[in-house]
Amino acid sequence: MTVLRDEPAVLGAPGPRPRSLVSRPSVADSVFRRITYAGGVATVGILLAVGLFLALRGGQALGVAKWHFLTQAQWQPEGGVFGIRAVLFGTVTIAVIAMVVGFPLAFGTALLLSEVVSPRIGRLLVALVDLMAAVPSIVYGLWGFYFLQKQIVPVAQWLAVTVGQVVPVLAVTDQDGKPVSDPNFYTSTAFIAGLVVGLMVVPTMTSVMREGFSRAPAGEREGAYALGATRWGMIRAVVLPFGKGGVIGGTMLGLGRALGETIAVAMIISPLFAINWQVLKSGTNSVSALIALRFSEASQFGLSALMAAGLALFVVTLVVNFTASSIVARSRSGAQSEG
Amino acid sequence: MTALEERTAAVPATTARPGTTTRPVATGPAAPRRRLRGVTAVELFDVLGATVAAVATATLLFGRLTAMHGAIGWVVVALAAFLGFYALLASLHATGEEVKDKVITALLRTAGVVLFGTLVFIVLFTLFRGVSALHHLNFFVQTMWVAGPQDPLSKGGILHAIAGTLIQIGIALSITVPLGLTTAVFLNEVGGRFARFVRTISDAMTALPSVVAGLFILAAVVQLVFHERNGFAAALAITVMMLPIVIRSADVVLRLVPGNLREASYALGTSRWRTVWHVVLPTARSGLATAVILGTARGLGETSPVLLTSGISTVLNLDPFKGPMTSLPLAVYNFIGSPQPNQVVRGFGTAATLLVLVLVLFGLARRIGGRGPGTMSPRQQQQVQAESTRAAIRIAAYHQQPPAHQQPSALRQPPAPRPSDRPGAQPDHPEEPLR
Repeated sequence: MTVLRDEPAVLGAPGPRPRSLVSRPSVADSVFRRITYAGGVATVGILLAVGLFLALRGGQALGVAKWHFLTQAQWQPEGGVFGIRAVLFGTVTIAVIAMVVGFPLAFGTALLLSEVVSPRIGRLLVALVDLMAAVPSIVYGLWGFYFLQKQIVPVAQWLAVTVGQVVPVLAVTDQDGKPVSDPNFYTSTAFIAGLVVGLMVVPTMTSVMREGFSRAPAGEREGAYALGATRWGMIRAVVLPFGKGGVIGGTMLGLGRALGETIAVAMIISPLFAINWQVLKSGTNSVSALIALRFSEASQFGLSALMAAGLALFVVTLVVNFTASSIVARSRSGAQSEG
Repeated sequence: MTALEERTAAVPATTARPGTTTRPVATGPAAPRRRLRGVTAVELFDVLGATVAAVATATLLFGRLTAMHGAIGWVVVALAAFLGFYALLASLHATGEEVKDKVITALLRTAGVVLFGTLVFIVLFTLFRGVSALHHLNFFVQTMWVAGPQDPLSKGGILHAIAGTLIQIGIALSITVPLGLTTAVFLNEVGGRFARFVRTISDAMTALPSVVAGLFILAAVVQLVFHERNGFAAALAITVMMLPIVIRSADVVLRLVPGNLREASYALGTSRWRTVWHVVLPTARSGLATAVILGTARGLGETSPVLLTSGISTVLNLDPFKGPMTSLPLAVYNFIGSPQPNQVVRGFGTAATLLVLVLVLFGLARRIGGRGPGTMSPRQQQQVQAESTRAAIRIAAYHQQPPAHQQPSALRQPPAPRPSDRPGAQPDHPEEPLR
């Protein structure tokens, strides 16, 4: 019970004295407050502990590798030669491909759901998007490995033969620099892993973007229509400026998840500890796949090196996520609503 | 535009008096009423024609005119050709802006069709490939201890993985639900600068890579406490993954609880925790259930934390503190690592089981959480009415008056003399005025 102190005891007391509005919480309330506070502290504590333990256990390996940890591509902790250059490069490659595939799909679908379809169908599709966000990543991985892997090879070959002559990233060459068309060169690639991860993160991106688009106020929308705008004209002039924060935030959130995706990537790729610019060519790697594939055979020091790699991944995703959530939060508060 | 001008010009100026609104009288020839909904025949022709042309083009290009082949390439070429033909057809009878609008709308629809088509296909593909394992009953009641990789599907099953998943999720839920809901209450009901900090942290944690959570539990719990990998450590790793999801969605739900309910409670002199316990949480009950179920669905599918902290086994292990304990996604990962075709089918069967479990949980969440906070189901409404009736009777009995005087209806209606209001008159059914 909240007990008010310092009230005038008698209503007719001499002299009007301002009543103190300071209240002291009762015992039950202060216990309640402390318990919930403890819940908050525990949540923050878990995240801090994640960073702390990774730093403590990874410190040993970092002390040995020094700055070579960032520049070395090989991964042989037992020989003292290890670094995350190749795996970090692979992680970023896969995430970038996932964004190239996922962004247009998420952006288009989010606009479709908020602007084009009728509200009834829209609600149904929004539920479907949320459902897809809950589908386990191993299911996407199975599909990628057993279906997409085989079906995508002709497309990849076509890209490599035609576009690859102009864009070196899409070319597939052997050691002598000659183009190859053997299908075995086109499986287990960063391209396939990126496609699967892209599809996996699209639901998350779509729902954040759609939420941003649907916040565009009705008055401005109708104003644009009243001035004779087509639907696309209205979207460009009203919905996109208002939904900018949602688009950026959703993309960053998707990027964060794409960087950390483990099992689907580990199932598809064939690990390679070198920088491979040719995304259509077999062989790539990622930090999380490295951890999942190597930890069981790792020695105590090898585990420490894996912890250091995990710490690097943790820092990268945290930076991406904090950026994303601050952008989303700022757009939510209406700071950019003048668009 | 022109029709509007004609109509306004047709209104005689003398009839407009200040302060009144005059309806324009249509005297000139009325323009044909514009259709706001539906599809005209021309639009339908554009879509159908572009579709036929695109299919024809893609089929000609694949295998006949060029060396391209493969189903995915065909779909991509057909979609691109459709957009091109559609733009061409639309430009025959529309102006620049309109064509742009039509093509972009078609583009948006294409994105939706590609996305939803692919996602539904992924689900159906898994179910279809796994179905041949699912119709053996032994798949659900035996473990893989009795069957080798080459044994037929009528032998061996995934009971150990089902049990492992249930135990791990049970432990994870028993930590996540109290901690997550307490934190969500802290964010909403206590507030302050620290609460905002906690909200930022838990938002950032939602995208914590699952393998990092696994590594953390490996370093902090497996190596320091148990010195072996076990199911409890896996449950803790799943907890780390589920907690931010539960906090985040519960936070959103609690934010939707109307402030006037809280204020009404405080105005009656209720303390803070009683307000939370008796007003805020019951109001948001369905949304909180949804939050927990969605977190559960996410936790069920986590593979890499379990791989790192619990390890793979093929025996039924019911003791979370001793020895490796496999979960459903980890069993999938293990099965498909084998070159034996039967193991791969088992992997798909396990994935289908997992998927069905997630779909059921999700359907449950939609069913429970379909209503906003404070909106009650018919049954809840009946319960509340019955409770009000009992309270009315109790109050009436307290005042020792005929019940008709004390019913809440007396508050709503002015106490006009009615026949039934006379003392000694037949009392109404007590619950009637509440309806």
